[in-house]
Amino acid sequence: MTDAPGRCFHCGEPMPRGKPLTVRLDGADRPVCCPGCQAVAGLIANTGLTDFYRYRTGPAETPTPDAPDEWNAWDRAALQRGFVRELDGERREAVVLVEGLYCAACAWLIERVLQPLDGVQTVQVNPATGRALLRWDNSRVALSTLFRRMHEVGYRPHPVDAADSVPLAMRERRAALKRLAVAGLGMMQVMMYAVGLYAGAIHADMDPSIQALLRDVSLLVATPVVFYAGAPFFRGAWRDLRAARPGMDVPVALAVGGAFAASVWHTLRGAGEVYFDSVTMFVFFLSVARYLEMAARHRASRSTEALARLLPASALRLTADGREERVALSELAVGDRVRVRPGEAVPADGRIVDGATLLDESLLTGEFMPAARAVGAEAIGGSTNTEAPIDVEITRVGQNTTVSSIVRLLDRAQSERPRVARLADRVARWFVASVLLAAAATAAWWLHAAPQHAFAITLAVLVVTCPCALSLATPAALVAATGRLAGSGMLVARAGALETLARARHVMLDKTGTLTLGRLTIHRTETMNRIDPAEARILAAALEAHSEHPIAEAFAAYRDGHAAEKVHVERGRGIEGIVGDRRLRLGRPDWVSGLAGGGDTTSAETVVALGDQDGLLARFRLSDEPRPQARAAVAGLVQLGMTVEIASGDAEGPVAALARELGIERHAARQSPEDKLDRMRALQATGQRVIMVGDGVNDAPVLAGADVSVALGSGSALAQNSSDIVLTAGRLGDLVEGIRTARRTIAIVRQNLAWAVLYNLVALPLAATGQVDPWMAALGMSASSLLVVGNAMRLGRRSPPARAPAAGTTPMTAEATS
Amino acid sequence: MKILFLLIPLSLVLLVIAVWAFFWAVGNGQFDDLDSPAYRILMDDDDRPVEQDERAESRTGEQDR
Repeated sequence: MTDAPGRCFHCGEPMPRGKPLTVRLDGADRPVCCPGCQAVAGLIANTGLTDFYRYRTGPAETPTPDAPDEWNAWDRAALQRGFVRELDGERREAVVLVEGLYCAACAWLIERVLQPLDGVQTVQVNPATGRALLRWDNSRVALSTLFRRMHEVGYRPHPVDAADSVPLAMRERRAALKRLAVAGLGMMQVMMYAVGLYAGAIHADMDPSIQALLRDVSLLVATPVVFYAGAPFFRGAWRDLRAARPGMDVPVALAVGGAFAASVWHTLRGAGEVYFDSVTMFVFFLSVARYLEMAARHRASRSTEALARLLPASALRLTADGREERVALSELAVGDRVRVRPGEAVPADGRIVDGATLLDESLLTGEFMPAARAVGAEAIGGSTNTEAPIDVEITRVGQNTTVSSIVRLLDRAQSERPRVARLADRVARWFVASVLLAAAATAAWWLHAAPQHAFAITLAVLVVTCPCALSLATPAALVAATGRLAGSGMLVARAGALETLARARHVMLDKTGTLTLGRLTIHRTETMNRIDPAEARILAAALEAHSEHPIAEAFAAYRDGHAAEKVHVERGRGIEGIVGDRRLRLGRPDWVSGLAGGGDTTSAETVVALGDQDGLLARFRLSDEPRPQARAAVAGLVQLGMTVEIASGDAEGPVAALARELGIERHAARQSPEDKLDRMRALQATGQRVIMVGDGVNDAPVLAGADVSVALGSGSALAQNSSDIVLTAGRLGDLVEGIRTARRTIAIVRQNLAWAVLYNLVALPLAATGQVDPWMAALGMSASSLLVVGNAMRLGRRSPPARAPAAGTTPMTAEATS
Repeated sequence: MKILFLLIPLSLVLLVIAVWAFFWAVGNGQFDDLDSPAYRILMDDDDRPVEQDERAESRTGEQDR
């Protein structure tokens, strides 16, 4: 399932070139991409847990290296107070959010790996919520041991507040399930009684007492269906009415309420028709549609504690006498000094008081190239230290940090997001007005002509115009389209997004990580004829194995067992060490040639030089390559009549170059999250509907403010949570296909609405003149509902020819560039 | 047909019990995770017990499956 050729067996990343690392599993050597994956796969194999690879449904996280004592802080009682519950004696219980938990196999692996530890009593992992329940004996095993062990197999635990152990989404789901059960069971019962009533009516020989019994019982069963299962519709309708913008909930509530009221009245009176069967069926169908919509939304935004992942769980605080101590993030206060080692994240905003390094601030800027920061410079919480240890004096914690302000910006953007009136809502508004008008006119006329029939006929109008088909028209089409898109790598979190997607004509794309891969790769290797390119790359890789710098990642693919000794990192310049018997330097060209003395000082954008005492050996040109399908996707978007635009935090040069390469007309460089949001607002002010595609934390506010936001599945959790649509497979081409499907969906919705309106136009006059028998009304309603649902189901069918142009070209280019 | 006066209320009692049982199951988290139990049955519980100190050495070809 995941052991595709050229992919790491463990994490599914593309395999580096050169001699691969392997791990022996089930008697076969499997390729792995990095020592981290090798260690994890080895651990899994050695503990007899290879079944993990058979049952998992997706590749695992690439393990991240960590400070060995990172987890120790969690053993302190002061820290555990927040999330650990004391049971009896030394027994403890805690709920943790597990990062990297995707499927049943992950849950199984964690349980298997923790359970055998001495002192561990219960481990329950729930992949649906991403949470694990742990119960252990504190006198025999420490919590940090559990955390460390979990981390060793590639998962990262985050403590969560005990009160929050059943997340909001889960509570919502449980409530929806209960309503669904009441509606479903109630519907079946009422249908059964209805069969009896209909049968009796056909033969016209039913005992009146039995008939009364069946009607009374139907009323009894239908009441909770209407008032419990149907409560959300009434609440929604009330909210809409107060806001004076009637949506779909109003006609639904009107129909359910009207038909139910008529039936109750007829039951109590003991004469006239009852419509309990229609009412319960209608509530059930709509509840199913709502449930499916909710499930899609939950699937897309699974772990809501996205902020927790941006900051480390603990920090190294320096005491007055200069010792280091591990404390939890919540213990940090303004004025504390913390030490940030290479590879660790800065725990809060602060100022550097000692040391100098390169900080990876991609969190804020979206750019992966780290920035040089020395004493006196600001260190932003969440940025990663890539080079040398630094001491930071904390200036802002908690709500005041930059990360928190991004989250606030995001919240605000979300609340100010332009509300798009949905097609069905607009029809509904018109529909409600006409039905009420028609009912009023009918009542007025009949009161005048034959007062004794007025009430019954007015009710008949309300019942016959029951907007079953109308209210099913949109959800049925959306559910069918959403299901189909989910199968092809596009998760629609907000069903309404499809409608806006179909209408949008402007796409705004982030550059780094969205159009490009978001990491450096070696674009070209130029040698000075002393060694061949392959050898140069291997030597460089051996040196870069000691660096955390993003440049090092470009070389990681070429590691082949050569080891560098006496390695020494010169900040901002490069790296020096001995490989074999050669003293080598790798880094900025002028510094490298300094080893041999004098020489070449070509300083270009991202050129890395390799040299020894005798002079330059090779030059590597590095660049952030566009995603393989980027060009095809952009072409596809243009073909669909969209205006495409890049908005990037990067410098003008690279942005313009990429825009040219991909054939994009408009671009904007050096954009902060606020700039992007302003640009978005400006476009929206001209009446455009804008699609935003992004991946980073810095994109999250713009994503939240866009008409439709699309995040890449490989991107940050925060970006995914603020998006309507997630491209789970990370293929931009899926977006093009998504827009096509969205447009077809809207066409189907239009057909459905047209049918529903037509049906009502015919039925309403008949009902108003008192010519509709109840069985005709029931038949008409059911038939038109079925027609609408059947029409929508056409969307779920896969049509291979439609997918071919967008998808067909991608695998080829992917092979060529990876 | 007088029996219906007994049977129909009886069916209502059953209905109430069914709804109550479902609510109880939902409240207990029985429906929280509908995906992993399907796989869980495939995964043997009686694997070789995990030895902590065993993971230091790598390379084991003869995994019991």
